[in-house]
Amino acid sequence: MSVEPVLRLNGIVKRFGSFTALHGIDLNINDGEFLTIVGPSGSGKTTLIRLLVGMDSPTEGEIWLRDNRIDMVPANARPTCMVFQSLALFPHRSVGENIEFPLKIRGVSPADRRKRAVDLLELLRLPVHYYDKRINQCSGGEKQRVALARALAFDPEILFFDEPLSALDYRLRKTLEKELKDLHNRTGKTFVYITHSLEEAMVMSDRIAIMKDGRLEQIADADGIYARPVSRFVAEFMGEVNLFDVEGTSQGGLHGHGVEVHVNGKVEDVGIGLDKGERGTLMVRPEFVRFLQSTETNDFIVRGILRGEYALGSRMQYKVETADGSQLTVEKLREDRYTGNMDDEVVLGWDVEHTHLIRGE
Amino acid sequence: MERLDKKLGTLSALPILIVLTLSFLAPLIVVAAFSIMPQKVFSLWNIPDFSAYATVVTQGYWKSLAWALGMALASTAVLFVVCWPLAFAMAKVFGRFTLILTIAVVVSLFVSENIRLFGWILTLMKGGLIGGHLKAWFGIDMDGALYNVPVIVFGLVYVYFPFMLFPLAQGISMVPDDARQAAADLGASKWRILWEIDLPLAAPGIVVGSLLSFVLAAGALAESKLLGGQTVIVMADEVETAFTYGQDWPLGSALSMVLIVIIGSMAIFGVSKVDLDAIMGRKR
Repeated sequence: MSVEPVLRLNGIVKRFGSFTALHGIDLNINDGEFLTIVGPSGSGKTTLIRLLVGMDSPTEGEIWLRDNRIDMVPANARPTCMVFQSLALFPHRSVGENIEFPLKIRGVSPADRRKRAVDLLELLRLPVHYYDKRINQCSGGEKQRVALARALAFDPEILFFDEPLSALDYRLRKTLEKELKDLHNRTGKTFVYITHSLEEAMVMSDRIAIMKDGRLEQIADADGIYARPVSRFVAEFMGEVNLFDVEGTSQGGLHGHGVEVHVNGKVEDVGIGLDKGERGTLMVRPEFVRFLQSTETNDFIVRGILRGEYALGSRMQYKVETADGSQLTVEKLREDRYTGNMDDEVVLGWDVEHTHLIRGE
Repeated sequence: MERLDKKLGTLSALPILIVLTLSFLAPLIVVAAFSIMPQKVFSLWNIPDFSAYATVVTQGYWKSLAWALGMALASTAVLFVVCWPLAFAMAKVFGRFTLILTIAVVVSLFVSENIRLFGWILTLMKGGLIGGHLKAWFGIDMDGALYNVPVIVFGLVYVYFPFMLFPLAQGISMVPDDARQAAADLGASKWRILWEIDLPLAAPGIVVGSLLSFVLAAGALAESKLLGGQTVIVMADEVETAFTYGQDWPLGSALSMVLIVIIGSMAIFGVSKVDLDAIMGRKR
């Protein structure tokens, strides 16, 4: 995979009247990558993708597709294409006619169109006899594949996805997530995917861009987003997390606020440290927190009372209440489950390697 | 449960069934029966023959039929072209202004058709509203635009405007926006979207609107009489003449039957081609 950007966004601003939906987005999308833009509703991700496909134009800023500026080019003249949230299949056309639509527009001969449509049906693992099937006779997953096939028939430079899986049930969604990732590998196309589910993004993406209030909060691979979030927002966006407000001490160590966090000396050594008086947030994921035996010690220690146990399938989740009433989440694999009783006094600990410091308020 | 539903359904349909049978079906049967009576009789108790139909064929009534159908076709085509942009705007662009427009169009229906047509006569006649102003302002003598075929078609377009506009707007509102956007995204131009997406998906509205205006225009009388001044005689005119001046009920009935069969089969054909449930908003 080359890392030359196929699409460049420079200072994209979009205003609707007095409301600013996007505050200066800068983003490079690499050739052949699977980039997912994630954000809660209202974060501007749908506005952004409408600009990217050409259904709307930015108030300020430029969009470059390789060497061509395209931000004023209408959707039908752009070599990109989108899979809609609603899929937007043509209900009056058969599966085959839907897939062939972009080819028909280009004036490809019926025989060649049909051949390509059949190839795409095979690529998407749909039976070839679906060619003549009506759209409303297809199941949700099949429609999804038809929409994908139609977009691929267009042979776009970049394929955009606007939450196409959000209407499907959980199991089908999980299957299609993997299929999509697989399809990305097989086609080598650039995929730009929009979703509100970071979990979905984690499964599929090479890189993830997190949006909040019309700004890009962080762009990183799944690991970076999960283990090294730049803000509380990103940390909390991805599943369960334990966060502690901390302040730098005169020795360069940390002093916990609210929760009593004992730090066993070696914090400075690994570079987790704040200047005196500087504030930050300490983050540890639930699966890295351990129940300590009375003889054990750890880099970070919190005392509390076990208040809840929940089965999450392969894992067990625990809620531990600390002296000041805040709650910590701990997750263990089933075979490592805590053997004591509810309302036990427990000591929790974790390693500094699994601790991440978010600087700033 | 299903049987009870069926029973209740039949029961609720009964009143309208009776009304329709008495007011719609019965006269139709009487007309059909009269059409096979010997000519110039006023009773149904005669030996049936098809002499009235023979007269229809031999006496050149096909001309009136052709004029009626031809002008209905022309006015329907003009209506479609004129109404499409407006209907599109009503369904997709105007928003709340659509309601005002709807009310304005409907209010025009409160005034009787003949009075509105007389209004046009005053407007278009020699020395009328337009001719008079042209003469007064520019000194141009205009001969009046009345008494020709185009003005009859204009009258039909004017009178049956709402019957095309509203079904069309309803049909266009059924075209999903995302399908149009997807077509554009896949490279289709505006005209291509119109042809590939809008027209086929709005088809129920187009068929209903076209049928309504065609059927009404084909049976219309006032436009050709008032605006056309009987430049051409339409089928409905012939029917009226046969029943009144002609005193030949079987001939009038036979003429009616010809019109009814032609228009009826067109209507049935058209309706069978589209999904009426869709336009009536019924969920399937």
